[in-house]
Amino acid sequence: MYLQSLQKLCLIALLLPGLSWAGQVYVSNEKDDTVSVIDLDSLEVVDTWLVGDRPRGIILSKDQKYLYICASESDTIQILDRATGQIVGELPSGEDPEQFILHPNGDWLYAANEDDALLTVIDIPGRKVITQIDVGLEPEGVGISPDGNTLIVTSETSNMAHWIDTRTNENIHNSLVDARPRDAKFTADGKQLWVSAEIGGTVSVFDANSREEIKKIHFSPKGVHADKVQPVGIRLTENGKYAFVALGPSNHVAIVDQQTLEVLDYLLVGRRVWQITMTPDEKMLFTTNGVSGDVSVIDVDRLKVIKSIKVGRFPWGVAIADE
Amino acid sequence: MIYWYGFSGICKRELLRFWSQKSRFFSALVRPLLWLIVFAAGFRAALGIAIIEPYETYINYEEYILPGLCAMVLLFNGMQSSLSMVYDREMGSMKVLLVSPLPRGFLLLSKVVAVALISLLQASAFLLFAWLYGIEAPLTGYLCALPAMLLTAMMLNTLGLIIGAWVRQLENFAGVMNFVIFPMFFMSSALYPLWKMQEASQWLYLICSYNPFTFGTELIRFALYGEFSALAFWVVTLSTLLFSVMAIASFKPERRF
Repeated sequence: MYLQSLQKLCLIALLLPGLSWAGQVYVSNEKDDTVSVIDLDSLEVVDTWLVGDRPRGIILSKDQKYLYICASESDTIQILDRATGQIVGELPSGEDPEQFILHPNGDWLYAANEDDALLTVIDIPGRKVITQIDVGLEPEGVGISPDGNTLIVTSETSNMAHWIDTRTNENIHNSLVDARPRDAKFTADGKQLWVSAEIGGTVSVFDANSREEIKKIHFSPKGVHADKVQPVGIRLTENGKYAFVALGPSNHVAIVDQQTLEVLDYLLVGRRVWQITMTPDEKMLFTTNGVSGDVSVIDVDRLKVIKSIKVGRFPWGVAIADE
Repeated sequence: MIYWYGFSGICKRELLRFWSQKSRFFSALVRPLLWLIVFAAGFRAALGIAIIEPYETYINYEEYILPGLCAMVLLFNGMQSSLSMVYDREMGSMKVLLVSPLPRGFLLLSKVVAVALISLLQASAFLLFAWLYGIEAPLTGYLCALPAMLLTAMMLNTLGLIIGAWVRQLENFAGVMNFVIFPMFFMSSALYPLWKMQEASQWLYLICSYNPFTFGTELIRFALYGEFSALAFWVVTLSTLLFSVMAIASFKPERRF
């Protein structure tokens, strides 16, 4: 009798996606104004939530209870409660927020405002703008060092990576990179900075202390014209083994050895692969493929694409919660 | 017992013939490997635009063409066995076979199974080389592919028997190549998915959709990924039965073998 009741309770818990706290993947669909929810175990879309206009950047709060979503054309950052799938608040973001990053303290957000050449620093608990920092034209990618002291903003038109001290919120250095820089990521030990250049077709690796370029990585997946190789999203494993680089319309993700900085292989994914995110245990990598409207899943141990999952139109960003 | 004696005799003969023609084994291996390494290389990224069953993600052309090339190995071996029957007839060993007290149908089907086992050996060797080249399927897929390849081989061998019964001279094998092997292979899903064919021509698509070789290829393709295509299975099984009946009917004593 008790066993039967328990079984029924388990079944109800499984059938109600909002109550389930198993690992979930959240994908912002730029054209549909929705967020697709993918179950991490079944790798299937279990829910779709309506959000603001043109959702792009999407990240989790430090306690994983909320999702912050850049609703670019609503000129706001929305706060979504993961438990209910409802928008519970908004953060002031400046105009047209596209990419943003959370400070390791979990309280500050840094959002790039493409149209205004500004970086907006937002205080989440106070829901207010702390300051806006002038950066190069069309700021895009943002990355933060593991200690939270250095923030990087890439500006598409100036072709620069701007180094910002988060303690003073001042621009302390500018590094020239190849045309249209898109994403910036620090290695887990904070010693290197990787910056992708979409038109340049390269990833520049910098020494984080000297801010000097160590190497420029070039990509040439087999059978793909060089014009189509446009690096965008970067993801580095915390164990210092691999780096994954989304190569845009070449429809490939490059696997780079973090130690030797050599390209190891290329994996075929969907069309115009844009952003990539790894599960917290670093077992799986998810890529958003804008044109084909799906998400490809890469098994990080086997370095194989295991599945592509249909989501909404033009998936842009992806965030993963493990609980 | 006498049936087993007859069956094992035919199997041993085919195996001996295969063993003594090692060049045949290598040519059966080189042909699909050339397709895989040279032909498919040029089309590597041609298919990365749509996901089709049984694949769960985007695949390179080499991966797509693999089951089709397995089926090609089976097709060539099946047709070569029909060539060997013409040789047997010219040399008189066919008479020795057909005068045995066992039913003609049993003898012919024994030959079908014997050739299918050899085809399976060749296709497995091809899969091994493809794996070494880096074109991999899941491990369980290889196990599932074995019965699928055996069934497809039997279908193609029974078709080969029918052709073997009607081809009078060895020289006619060139005709078999041009009018059976190539059309069957090219007008199937072995090289391109059917939706690609449909883009090019509706007629071509219809021919490909009704070609039994397409179903043999798809049966192997699904099996290689641990999936079962019921439609392909039934078409291949029923075609094997139909071709068997036709092959046995083709070998009438009055046609003077």
